[in-house]
Amino acid sequence: MAGDANAQGKINADGKREVVMIGNHLAALAAVDSGCKFFGGYPITPSTEVMEAISDFLPRVGGTCIQMEDEIAGVAVATGAAMSGVRSMTATSGPGISLKAENLGLAQMAEVPLVVVNVMRGGPSTGLPTRVAQGDIAQAKNPSHGDYKSIALCAGTLAECYTETVRAFNLADRFMQPVFVLLDATLGLMHAKAILPTVEEVEAGIVPRKKFEGDPADYRPYGVEQDEAAVLNPMFQGYRYHFTGLHHDAMGFPTEEIETCRKLIDRLFRKVEEHQDEIELNEEYMIDDADILLIGYGSASLGIKEAVNRLREEGIKAGMFRPITIWPSPEARMYELGQKFDKVLSVELNQGQYLEEIQRCMGRRDIQKLTKTNGRPFSPADIIDRVKEVF
Amino acid sequence: MAFNYDSYLRMEKMPTLWCWGCGDGIVLKAFVRAIDSLGYAKDDICVVSGIGCSGRFSSYVDFNTIHTTHGRTVAFATGVKLANPTKKVVCVTGDGDAFAIGGNHTIHGARRNIDITMIVVQNFIYGLTNAQTSPTTPQGMWTVTQKIGNIDPTFDACRLVEAAGATFVARESVTAPKKLEKIFKAALEHKGFAYVDALTNCHVNLGRKNKMVAAMDTLDWIDSITVSKKKYDAMSEEERLNLLPTGILHHDDTKDEYCDLYQMVIDAHQGKRSKITQDDFEKKI
Repeated sequence: MAGDANAQGKINADGKREVVMIGNHLAALAAVDSGCKFFGGYPITPSTEVMEAISDFLPRVGGTCIQMEDEIAGVAVATGAAMSGVRSMTATSGPGISLKAENLGLAQMAEVPLVVVNVMRGGPSTGLPTRVAQGDIAQAKNPSHGDYKSIALCAGTLAECYTETVRAFNLADRFMQPVFVLLDATLGLMHAKAILPTVEEVEAGIVPRKKFEGDPADYRPYGVEQDEAAVLNPMFQGYRYHFTGLHHDAMGFPTEEIETCRKLIDRLFRKVEEHQDEIELNEEYMIDDADILLIGYGSASLGIKEAVNRLREEGIKAGMFRPITIWPSPEARMYELGQKFDKVLSVELNQGQYLEEIQRCMGRRDIQKLTKTNGRPFSPADIIDRVKEVF
Repeated sequence: MAFNYDSYLRMEKMPTLWCWGCGDGIVLKAFVRAIDSLGYAKDDICVVSGIGCSGRFSSYVDFNTIHTTHGRTVAFATGVKLANPTKKVVCVTGDGDAFAIGGNHTIHGARRNIDITMIVVQNFIYGLTNAQTSPTTPQGMWTVTQKIGNIDPTFDACRLVEAAGATFVARESVTAPKKLEKIFKAALEHKGFAYVDALTNCHVNLGRKNKMVAAMDTLDWIDSITVSKKKYDAMSEEERLNLLPTGILHHDDTKDEYCDLYQMVIDAHQGKRSKITQDDFEKKI
């Protein structure tokens, strides 16, 4: 981020950038470093610092940040900008996603790339706004009505608040749909050192959305292979087409033609499912020789990792599997791990929203669980006690 | 020579799904003629519509077009405009979109005075979904959700958007297509939030059950409730009671437009000007 000494940080001996920032600011920084030019949002705890930071960052690079009149407008304005062709982002928390849900469905249906940072909290309803929870895991899978395939990335470290936001922008443009970046109050508001890639590395990794270069008469924005995303050219450049939330044809115009409608929804699934290898990202920590597998994600994994270390000091061989891409879930890898490990414990800051997915992927019902919904984080001792209790 | 609409319309989408005799086609034609008279390039225009009969408007015109969710046109259009401040962005939306489910966005679009032309295809009813009460349905009229008569007070949308800060507010009806075209032209030329209340007939879902069965009956009713601003201004409060003024009702070129204001933010952040303070604005509160 040009012009911001703190954001520029310092380059360490390994050639990486060291900054001291909170996670929410890192998400904002990552957006601007990724070429984001638009942010629309509405204040909501614990995500507001994303907008606070990006309202400073964007105008410096000629971009726009607007605080809208409500959450619905926040996602609508960001989607409108994205439709016109710029990289765009919104940020909110669970109640905001509830309000944004309908327009997120439009972005899924019309294949509009958008990064949606959700600094999760617990619920239902207003819940514990200033406390930590991973309450929006299930919501991230299907925030809107209808059939589509969500992509949701869950940062587990401060640095990942940055790197997963960078990845979200590239995935959004690759798959032409909203991509969630899930943070929580622990990560979003944690103020510490983060080691980041340099701006040059981020810029070199930018994969912009595909563009059709031929004769406008031959342009079919939604007329693509059945496992591919729409090719949506920027507006105002001679390629006129139509965005709609209705079932639509190759030019984006509403249709009820049976086969076109079937193929559209089928494609919304297949463009993600058939390219899962480009989306999936996991961390595996000390699982090669482990007897006990702990599964967790996001900030909860910080406690899990420490618990694994302490358990190993006591001679108990534990390891951790951490999905970073939460949706689509790492189905095949979790199945393998389910075959390998008898003892599996799922650790979540909710009532077990991902547990059902783990059960499904592993094809097992005997997964132990540790959950928490009182707004407090896990301590490593919570996890160690649970391991000793159930295994 | 007859005006050639074809180059502005997506002819393969014709005929429209609007009912026989519906005034929406007149709105469409007047809009196309206004665009043509201004000489705008088709590529430089984005038309954003919402849900309902008016929602289909965007799919019929050969511009950059967006059919959004119910009521959110102004919010989507704001994103398009802020990201492309030199382009022309137009919302074509319905009275349910603009004043029920999306009322908040109408208010705040007007308040920001962002350079968007907002045309409300105002038919006093939820037409596409078969005659539910709209915020502009007159009290006492039959609707399918108030079959013994609508008790919900109606209101003057033009006064709302003017109070909210719109710098161009006009109303015209499809019974005067040439005037409507002129109003559209003036609205499109205006820099700032330009609102046009385009009164139209839904004889099928408003008229049929309210003793205005034929299109002409509903059009006559619209004529009976409208009067030019000039005449309206000369009337007493009592005479105005059941009339809506038409023409340009409010036009103010002195207010800052939002994209220009945002340029101040960019300039301040880039060190090209000092921070923005109250001294930058004439109106302090």
